[in-house]
Amino acid sequence: MTNLTHLTITEARRRLAKGEITAVELTRAHTEAMAAKRGLNAFITETPDLALEQAALSDARRAKGEAGSLEGIPLGIKDLFCTEGVRTTAASRILDGFTPPYESTVTANLKRAGAVSLGKLNLDEFAMGSANITSHFGPVENPWKSKSDPAKKLVPGGSSGGSAAAVAARIAMGATGTDTGGSIRQPASFCGIVGIKPTYGRCSRWGIVAFASSLDQAGPMARTVEDCALLLGAMAGHDPLDSTSAPLPVPDFAAALTGDIRGLKVGIPKEYRPDGLSDEVARIWDLGIEWLKDAGATPVEISLPYTKYALPTYYIVAPAECSSNLARYDGVRYGLRVEGKTLDEMYKKTRAAGFGAEVRRRILIGTYVLSAGYYDAYYAKAQKVRRLIADDFNNAFKSVDVILTPTAPSAAFGIGDNTDDPVTMWLNDVFTIPTSLAGLPGLSLPAGLSADGLPLGLQLIGRPFDEETVFRVAGVMEKAAAFTAAPACVAPTQARRESAGEAGEGV
Amino acid sequence: MAYILQGDTGDWEVVIGLEVHAQVISNAKLFSGAATAFGAEPNSQVSFVDAGFPGMLPVINRICVEQAVRTGLGLKARINLTSVFARKNYFYADLPQGYQISQYELPIVGEGTLTIDLPDGSTKAIGIERLHLEQDAGKSLHDQHPTKSFIDLNRSGVALMEIVSKPDLRSPEEAGLYVAKLRSILRYLGTCDGNMQEGSMRCDANVSVRPKGASELRTRCEIKNVNSIRFLQQAIEYEARRHIEVYEAGGSINQETRLFDSAKGETRSMRSKEHAHDYRYFPDPDLLPLVLDPKMVETIKAGLPELPDEKKERFMGEYGLNATDAGVLVADQASAAFFESVAKGRDPKLAANWVMGDFFGALNATGRTIDDPPVTAAHLGELVDLIKDGTLSGRLAKEVFALMVETGKGPAALVEEKGLKQVTDTGAIETAIEAVMAANPDKVAEIRAGKDKLIGWFVGQVMKATQGKANPGMLNELLAKKLKG
Amino acid sequence: MSLDKATVRSIAELARIEVPEEALDHLAGELSNILTFVEQLAAVDTEGVQPMTSVTAMTLPLRADDVTAGGHADKVLANAPEAMEGFFTVPKVVE
Ligand SMILES: [Mg+2]
Ligand SMILES: [Zn+2]
Repeated sequence: MTNLTHLTITEARRRLAKGEITAVELTRAHTEAMAAKRGLNAFITETPDLALEQAALSDARRAKGEAGSLEGIPLGIKDLFCTEGVRTTAASRILDGFTPPYESTVTANLKRAGAVSLGKLNLDEFAMGSANITSHFGPVENPWKSKSDPAKKLVPGGSSGGSAAAVAARIAMGATGTDTGGSIRQPASFCGIVGIKPTYGRCSRWGIVAFASSLDQAGPMARTVEDCALLLGAMAGHDPLDSTSAPLPVPDFAAALTGDIRGLKVGIPKEYRPDGLSDEVARIWDLGIEWLKDAGATPVEISLPYTKYALPTYYIVAPAECSSNLARYDGVRYGLRVEGKTLDEMYKKTRAAGFGAEVRRRILIGTYVLSAGYYDAYYAKAQKVRRLIADDFNNAFKSVDVILTPTAPSAAFGIGDNTDDPVTMWLNDVFTIPTSLAGLPGLSLPAGLSADGLPLGLQLIGRPFDEETVFRVAGVMEKAAAFTAAPACVAPTQARRESAGEAGEGV
Repeated sequence: MAYILQGDTGDWEVVIGLEVHAQVISNAKLFSGAATAFGAEPNSQVSFVDAGFPGMLPVINRICVEQAVRTGLGLKARINLTSVFARKNYFYADLPQGYQISQYELPIVGEGTLTIDLPDGSTKAIGIERLHLEQDAGKSLHDQHPTKSFIDLNRSGVALMEIVSKPDLRSPEEAGLYVAKLRSILRYLGTCDGNMQEGSMRCDANVSVRPKGASELRTRCEIKNVNSIRFLQQAIEYEARRHIEVYEAGGSINQETRLFDSAKGETRSMRSKEHAHDYRYFPDPDLLPLVLDPKMVETIKAGLPELPDEKKERFMGEYGLNATDAGVLVADQASAAFFESVAKGRDPKLAANWVMGDFFGALNATGRTIDDPPVTAAHLGELVDLIKDGTLSGRLAKEVFALMVETGKGPAALVEEKGLKQVTDTGAIETAIEAVMAANPDKVAEIRAGKDKLIGWFVGQVMKATQGKANPGMLNELLAKKLKG
Repeated sequence: MSLDKATVRSIAELARIEVPEEALDHLAGELSNILTFVEQLAAVDTEGVQPMTSVTAMTLPLRADDVTAGGHADKVLANAPEAMEGFFTVPKVVE
């Protein structure tokens, strides 16, 4: 019998619909995988019993002919989404013991579509990080291993590292992620899966623990482009509870995967090829351009001149918003409280003990850049540069339909590497942050393996609310890439075959 | 009359600007669907948005926006078709989000004017700097427990209009008149109930002093949350005198927030606000710019009621009232309407006297309100008619009015029932005069000898004999004739 | 911009995060590095550029004035580290 955890969502839906498998069987296969792969530390809270209960209800609904679009599909939920009755931590000690009395709009939408939740996935604390090493619940391990040092534990990327690891390790068929500066796309790239940050406003932010409100956006992570399209279709939609939610209908994203991109103009931004870009990343990008040409699209060199200012802009805007968004964690109404003699002492002790070093650092920077006398030099300046960055894209999209770039400047690195200086760590997001600042949809898909056997992703960026074009192009590239590699831990035989040269070798 | 405080070194003038927080009348809060009613059980009118729970987001209430526009129009102020909500960041136990959503650089309402009516009948225009929408904080109770403060978030998120005046006020009296007038306008507009006891209207005063004739502005202190006009006036006076004392002793004033202690009649520095505030305002990324449809503003404008100033003008023109009387009558919309229904088709001056005199007196005495008056406008109108047609003398009318208050009956019925009709029959009055004269020949002689003072005594005796019903005019006339012989 | 200890202390005070005195130096160094990094922006000519607060082209949606929430003090208080008689409680505040 096939291992049910290897099915794509698309395939599982077909087999569930035919009655070949039940939601309970499918879910049990995944709860077993969850238990077996606990070593990855992908989950903060596992809810296998709840999942099996939901699966049984799902089977009952299907029997009554009431199947939703994701009926019986077991997913993992990033622990930044509030889930009614299930502990929600944001990977922070400061939410100690917090059980939300409400369900986030995105997870409620998934439930309504029939999806089953396996539990709450690990992440960087408050989604602040690019390696999933800032979690109060410990780092997540990437299921992929490098050829040169198979014993070395690698990061899954971040902040949605638990989501990426769980999907890559075949624990969950798909997962929710959130992306503020690359937190869906970069871990997707590091773990060899597909992830899309949709246009800002496509998914409701209601019930998602906020990091930087003008940037945060939820999106799906899965193993194929079509699976992501299906997931996003269920997650997205206008929500009157979020004032920034776009009042637009949700297209049938999967239907956009026509396979036909003839005549499409694909922008190739020259600023994404800086001096010192690794040859491997440059080569896989060139390969992607070739695939698109072969499919009848036209690559067009474009310029996004303000690209190099995106990172400093982001590291003013995001900490500023975070310093304010995280002020509510004060030990009064929920979460951790460390007693003090006075109210202020209680605040200071609680927040010092509750937040980890990276979160504290960002709160302090954010507090500083908003403070009297510095606002104009930092925050107001960053907001202006942000407009210039967004205008870069507006101008580019006058002549191209979609933009292709690498997702990240490198493949996954070791847990403990790049931690000396926060700014070095931030460079991971250099290719994803501009898109976030402009609020555009960005998708990462696995394009091949590095010489060391680690996945490398390419990013497609679309016009606002034109996820359909992004998916269409991604579908074509996915086919061309034929990325069937999997981490050794999930399919030893398959992985052996692949390492013998079937997929992605030598790029 | 200029308000001048005398110091040892000379005369000082006080400069006052007021920030009034007026609770918007709405069913639900500014950014959440929780109710706004006063006096509910603690934390029972709290949504997860108001309690600052993770992932909760604000969505603005249309009615609160309309109420702010209505108020802005009532203050003859500029309505900003685009305004922006900003976060004011600070930590406090009753501020669940760690910031207050307010408006900073672009408020919904810009500059306007409020005219105060001075007691001498003149007016003074006070500039309005701005009006912005913001959310209220919760409430801290400090006296429930020896070592704890209790927090109730029912108020958290309730919509407030912060109405900021220019520093145009020059005396505690003007400050009081400003607050009273603002309250009157808000009530006319139906945008705030103006109840200072329940905290739906709160006042912060920025006070500074300067030598009389100087034009610079000196350091001001902000006195927070004064909850009555009387306290406001006391607080301003105390604070102004404190500044003068400090200056005259060679000291300087620190800009700070102070609290008025109504028991001691003093202001004191607020310890909880001691460290310098740095609110780190920035546009709230959860909320997009508020853009008003000009048609919506026009519709609200067209639906505005006649406001106190216009009504006062009209009362002066249409009813011939003086500025002071008109000012008193229009202060409250219901009183003005009451007056108008009494005055309709009658002598307006007489109607005004009765409304402001005996009627307001009866309201006070009975503790009833204009909406549930002890005497209806229709009945008071009938009474005015009975005075006008000579059925009742002024004195009798007062007697009848007292009975109206007591019984709730109409004046005609009471006059009939109690036989209080004025005697206007010449013969009956003459008979009574003659009887009194016959009984007091000595006094008649004295009058005839020139002791005019005794005429009053005779009037009294005749009135007594007629149980006060003799028409006073006729009585005087006939008496004079008879006494002359 | 290089931050001194006193500035870091006052930022930490504003943010209500306790920082031990002996950690101030190191933190000042880290924060200064970050500021130096973001100060690249000073090189960008932003004359006449409108600050961008939100990427969406929308304006603020308005909701109806209906009471749709509240009435569940129990749920509001359920996660509280400390509560009494229906109130959240904190160390006594002296005004
Ligand atoms: Mg103020
Ligand atoms: Zn205010």
